[in-house]
Amino acid sequence: MSNQFRDHLGRPIVAVTGMGVITSLGQGLEDNWAALTGGRSGIHDITRFPVNELSTRIAGTVDFIDLPVANAVERSYAMARETTVEALAQAGLSGDFNGPLFLAAPPVEPEWSARFELADRAGPAEEPGDAYDRFLAAMRERPDPAFHEAVLFGSISERLADKFGTRGLPVTLSTACASGATAIQLGVEAIRQGRTERALTVATDGSVSAEALIRFSLLSALSTQNDPPEKASKPFTKDRDGFVIAEGAATLVLESLESAIARGARVYGIVKGCGEKADSFHRTRSSPDGGPVIATIRAALEDAGVGEEAIGYINAHGTSTPENDKMEYGAMLSVFGERLKSIPVSSNKSMIGHTLTAAGAVEAVFSLQTILTGTLPPTINYQNPDPSIELDVVPNVKRAQQVSAVLSNSFGFGGQNASLVLAAEPR
Amino acid sequence: MAKSDQDVVITGIGLVSSLGVGREAHEALILGDSTPSPIVETERFAPYPVHPLPAIDWSQQIPKRGDQRQMENWQRLGVFAAGLALDDAGFKDDAEACASMDMIVAAGGGERDINVDSMIVDEALKRNDREVLLNQKLTTELRPTLFLAQLSNLLAGNISIVHKVTGSSRTFMGEEGAGVSAVETAAARIRAGQSTHALVGGAFIAERLDIILMVEGIKGHQTGDWSPIWARDKDHGGGMIMGSVGAFLVLESRGHAEARGARIYATIEMVEGDRGNRAEGRLEKRLERMVEGAKPELVLSGTTGFHDLAAREKAFFEKVFPAAAIRGFGGLIGHSVEAQFTAGIGLAAMALGAGKPVAPFDKDHEKAMTEPAKTALVTTIGHQRGEGVALLAANA
Repeated sequence: MSNQFRDHLGRPIVAVTGMGVITSLGQGLEDNWAALTGGRSGIHDITRFPVNELSTRIAGTVDFIDLPVANAVERSYAMARETTVEALAQAGLSGDFNGPLFLAAPPVEPEWSARFELADRAGPAEEPGDAYDRFLAAMRERPDPAFHEAVLFGSISERLADKFGTRGLPVTLSTACASGATAIQLGVEAIRQGRTERALTVATDGSVSAEALIRFSLLSALSTQNDPPEKASKPFTKDRDGFVIAEGAATLVLESLESAIARGARVYGIVKGCGEKADSFHRTRSSPDGGPVIATIRAALEDAGVGEEAIGYINAHGTSTPENDKMEYGAMLSVFGERLKSIPVSSNKSMIGHTLTAAGAVEAVFSLQTILTGTLPPTINYQNPDPSIELDVVPNVKRAQQVSAVLSNSFGFGGQNASLVLAAEPR
Repeated sequence: MAKSDQDVVITGIGLVSSLGVGREAHEALILGDSTPSPIVETERFAPYPVHPLPAIDWSQQIPKRGDQRQMENWQRLGVFAAGLALDDAGFKDDAEACASMDMIVAAGGGERDINVDSMIVDEALKRNDREVLLNQKLTTELRPTLFLAQLSNLLAGNISIVHKVTGSSRTFMGEEGAGVSAVETAAARIRAGQSTHALVGGAFIAERLDIILMVEGIKGHQTGDWSPIWARDKDHGGGMIMGSVGAFLVLESRGHAEARGARIYATIEMVEGDRGNRAEGRLEKRLERMVEGAKPELVLSGTTGFHDLAAREKAFFEKVFPAAAIRGFGGLIGHSVEAQFTAGIGLAAMALGAGKPVAPFDKDHEKAMTEPAKTALVTTIGHQRGEGVALLAANA
């Protein structure tokens, strides 16, 4: 095989031949990119559920997708379906996909409305704490397969697999807020293994509910600067106080470069390298020395076969929590040293919030779009810089700048760290 | 099959079930001469029988009380079983090996707080502003740490914290299929040289009302008493008896295992999962494709006990492998969803590693073995979807 299709380790080069995205900014890559480069925020007041008594009353929910039933599974599936339709159309693929599916999806639980319904049709309490005994009695009387299906983690990939004709047993995964990047990594690995010529990598998260929001609130992870909503997410500033929970989805069609070229597909970029390293320090906090994040970024560069000097722009995890932004800065400084000051680093989350499970893939799509268009999306709400974080965050306004390789970072609870190196099509 | 340094071998087994704690406890029961007796709890969750957790001294694998407190039973069991597997493989105190070890965990979701949920629905019965009530109660009653104890990827996260496994950390979800994909993915990476050693597995707690409720949504549980898995009565529920199981494996490339002089239980010659419509023989067609060329003397079936699926699976294997002995291990330790596939692989690896026949788990429906098996097939057919098989060979 000709070398043009192999990387520095002799592995097949992995191309991206199709992309689709949904965020609170809208549906489709074109609309999203226009809003993102226009510095527009998708964060708004929550209307999905009452916000009485909640300290956080804003989110980047996706409320414009039609759903048969309004629950996290239906919403996550619908967004994944729409971004996949977009990505496959862009890739010029129709009919059965005939490659594996890697899906990053949120862990779901029954909706509270389902528990209330069960309580309504069950008998009254006989003693405190017996609700599930009553639920079970009601279920014995009248089983509810829809309840069962709605809490199965395999239900979203099942529907995607049927709809798009993917091959084999789909993988549904969660590496918390790094999930989107992990899905891409699994697709890259499968192609490098020679198991497949193409892989469908999808990440989706439509799980914003009162309980989800309250859980993050109880960990003091969310911004409480509710007014105005669009100003709340302010990564790398002195007054950042937490992330803004959000929804979204993205699909990337991955293909061996050789197969893409052979069928005359347009190549939107390549996934040059993936790195990961777990952190054993704490359930929610990163190692104080940033060791695992540093190792993750270095692993991605090494896997890509490039030095740090190759990176022209960084799509930061940049959640706008006090801790993440400081830690991420420290880790980047360790890897890039003095040159970090001259590398533009922006956070899409300043506009779309934190799309959790979907973030790694959504931001990979935007990273590729950055390379394709020669436009760096800004970090908005950058009014009061944190003096201890010396970064060129592309403050507030987009910038025209050609870059050929981008580092995209994703970190999550549970010591999850993943970084991707995305690059222009090799010439 | 010719040996290669890239072969995927099993060098560590960490298994906890109602039968006991650890590999040796299970070997003593399944590799003996007599049919082991299942341990079944029929009172606590009546009318649903379950295979309960055995007595566990958590501190043997999770020394810090603080770590134990940060987890509910599901995560605790997984972290414990992972520690057993690392111990068994001789990796427990090898910080360097653990820091470069890959990890894939098959996870469900964690425990609900039954008391908080009950309090909320009971109060809601008296109110018509339920969503507002929800905000009030969740804000004041939820334990902040419960979120992390429920979060699917925090089983892996806790394994990193407690056992310092940090090469990589991935969590797969999707019921039984998650366990299949975990092994399939780890094995594919080892074969391709992308990984040298990996910790793979999952845990499942059957003794949970929230999980029991889920399966009752499709009337899946056997009710009343335990009965042999191949002969469950349609008049007593759906046929599944769940079991609390933690099942982890250490997989390595043969080259990596041999270089450190590790004991090899078995080689994973093939592992694959698939899915799709099961009607009109399509399930059997997929199984047929996946097991093509295999000639196992032993089939460790992970059947759920669902009447139709159990009957179809048994009939299929009796047809394609008429000489093979079939063992429905779910009848012995219960159905453990995400942990089912790695539990079955663990049991098969014990038999192959020890070179001993496996006692029938059900005397009336499973034939005795006169010779030890050289190859064993492990199956898991998901209770709702997805199926997987692994072919293991003794390390001759």
